[in-house]
Amino acid sequence: MAKLNMIQAINRALHEEMAKDDSVLVMGQDVGVNGGVFRATDGLYKEYGEDRSIDTPLAESAIMGTAIGMAIGGLKPVAEIQFSGFAYLIMGQLEANAARMRTRSRGALTVPLVVRMPYGGGIRALEHHSESKETYFAHTQGVKTVIPSSPRAARSLLIGAIRDPDPVIFMEPKFIYRAFREDVPDEEEVGELGKARILQEGNDITVISWGAMLYRTRKAIETLKEEKGYSIELIDLQTIAPMDATTIAESVKKTGRCVVIQEAQKTLGPASEIIAIINDKALMYLEAPVKRIGMYDLVMPYFHRENWYIPSDGRIRRAIEETLDF
Amino acid sequence: MPVSTIGPFKLEYFQVLNEKGEIDKKLDPGLSNEELLKLYRAMVLGRETDERLLKLQRQGRLGTLPVCFGQEAASAGAVMAMKDSDWFVGAYRELSGRLMRGESIENPMLIYNGLEEGNMIKTSPRTLPIAIVLASQIPQAVGLGYSIKMKQEKDTAVVTFFGDGSTSEGDFHEAMNFASVWKVPVVFLCQNNSWAISTPLKKQMASETIAQKAIAYNMPSVQVDGNDALAVYKATREAIDRAYAGEGPSFIEAVTYRMNVHTTADDPTKYRKDDEVAMWAEKDPITRFRAYLGKKKIWNDEKEDALRKEIRDEIAAAVKNYEEPRQYKPDAPFDFIYGTEVEAIEEQRAEFLENFKKDVTNG
Ligand SMILES: Cc1ncc(C[n+]2csc(CCOP(=O)(O)OP(=O)(O)O)c2C)c(N)n1
Ligand SMILES: [Mg+2]
Repeated sequence: MAKLNMIQAINRALHEEMAKDDSVLVMGQDVGVNGGVFRATDGLYKEYGEDRSIDTPLAESAIMGTAIGMAIGGLKPVAEIQFSGFAYLIMGQLEANAARMRTRSRGALTVPLVVRMPYGGGIRALEHHSESKETYFAHTQGVKTVIPSSPRAARSLLIGAIRDPDPVIFMEPKFIYRAFREDVPDEEEVGELGKARILQEGNDITVISWGAMLYRTRKAIETLKEEKGYSIELIDLQTIAPMDATTIAESVKKTGRCVVIQEAQKTLGPASEIIAIINDKALMYLEAPVKRIGMYDLVMPYFHRENWYIPSDGRIRRAIEETLDF
Repeated sequence: MPVSTIGPFKLEYFQVLNEKGEIDKKLDPGLSNEELLKLYRAMVLGRETDERLLKLQRQGRLGTLPVCFGQEAASAGAVMAMKDSDWFVGAYRELSGRLMRGESIENPMLIYNGLEEGNMIKTSPRTLPIAIVLASQIPQAVGLGYSIKMKQEKDTAVVTFFGDGSTSEGDFHEAMNFASVWKVPVVFLCQNNSWAISTPLKKQMASETIAQKAIAYNMPSVQVDGNDALAVYKATREAIDRAYAGEGPSFIEAVTYRMNVHTTADDPTKYRKDDEVAMWAEKDPITRFRAYLGKKKIWNDEKEDALRKEIRDEIAAAVKNYEEPRQYKPDAPFDFIYGTEVEAIEEQRAEFLENFKKDVTNG
């Protein structure tokens, strides 16, 4: 057992998978000698050399495209896009090829690869370094989109993603890269993609979130529990696509109330889909309208204003209370 | 059929001022004393501002920022050849050039403290904001070139700046191709500073030079000493004159060096050796320019001290003014999202203001 922060847990997963499987490699800008700008790939260069820890030229589309070729050729690339704000440059290759190769070739050609990228706000960074655009990826059918929300989950889900037979976008909430530590067991844990996890059981209301917002929501819930004694069921969505409709619907059937908290812009974010799922599968059980909290439908402001726009503790609390009081 | 040679593909390199400040008379672009002093001042202002910004960042008074130390000649030399009516399409490592375009010292302080308010230069609407998505500005420069052509604007060109690493992006190559096909008045200026964060040139490309990439696009191209403001000026002057004359795009590789951190979040000790930096310190653009002005007898220690004092006072005043407490409109992002009024946005603005009152002002 070791107490790790999220960056260390990701680093650990990469070390473990590269040791186990010679076909796994990491690639991207500054991932080799420098160990990545957040140090997620630290030590891999030393351990596995430059052929499996590749400092690529500066071109996201080519990183994606070559990773697809590598994957078809039998390697398992784990590519890093330095920040999700530069990942729009991979979209052509992702949508046109990574997502479709299995369908196009009727299963003869597959693209098992992972693209890791830090995303999300709150670190006082420059423009393009604070967005939460998981919807773009989640709307790319054939691609799985995963977001861990704690060190232990990050390690197990990354291993799960590397072993998954499909292309996986692995979005890392950089706000909580170093925010807290968690016990990570020595033995292997392979996270199951496509599954949400119930972090805390409860009967009064279901609260759903993921990534850094989950961390914030957890704190808001703890105070609510202490102050008001509510019984809150907290769900970590973990995989944005394909979404775990069963876990969501079963929980809402039990509690009859639900709030979804996302860092992404409100309109057409994952919360919209969650509400549609509830509508499909649990509508008759609802005792209150489902609420969603998110960033406003704007371009993410630079960091001076950032924290006024990302869902605050207060907004999360108020949304939960309003839904409980409805 | 005998094998024939398709082309010799000639590529030239030049320097006008060497490291000791000695000028090559044959290549002297002939700036007046007044112009030389203007160029010198711009580089010193860039250097002093850069150093001050870095200090403010280290004291926690600014957020993450790129450092331009050592690259003053490349952007200042180019801007020296530009008119206000030419478009400046940069990245983020052209502080000297931007200040020369009329940017106030407060602009970078605003930007690097997370405020969009610092993005435009009031007096210079043809200077585009910094571009953080690498190489994304380069095709825009080509589009601006096209608009100049369509509107038949006389004697107008676009100068676009980018780094060595950025030339690996598709956007760079696509823009170069468009520019040569469209024959637009655009000058491509690459600041080759040897590094793209931790990635050295050798891992970035197998090409011997960056300038040679332009040959593939049939574009006039030259490599110059990028720490020599006169060489950069001369190359840009000639490229802009070709653009004005309707002869289309040109390429300039300015060979310089990133003396300090990539940004304040970077730790170069992880990937590069001090001797390399020390070697480049000998080629400092400001030191050699000052030596040249001294040899020309238009500069001395007294003038230097006066200039430094004047600039430091100017910077101190800007910092003071910038740090004056003031309220930046909290809901400004709602003002600029669309050019038309959108009901849902106004609804969200009301919701935002309500939340802002509860969360921030504890109302
Ligand atoms: C499209 C894109 N990918 C990645 C980054 C992250 N990044 C910022 S600067 C940089 C290196 C840029 O190197 P270069 O073009 O040589 O310019 P320099 O910083 O050396 O001036 C990287 C990889 C980015 N800003 N944009
Ligand atoms: Mg560079």
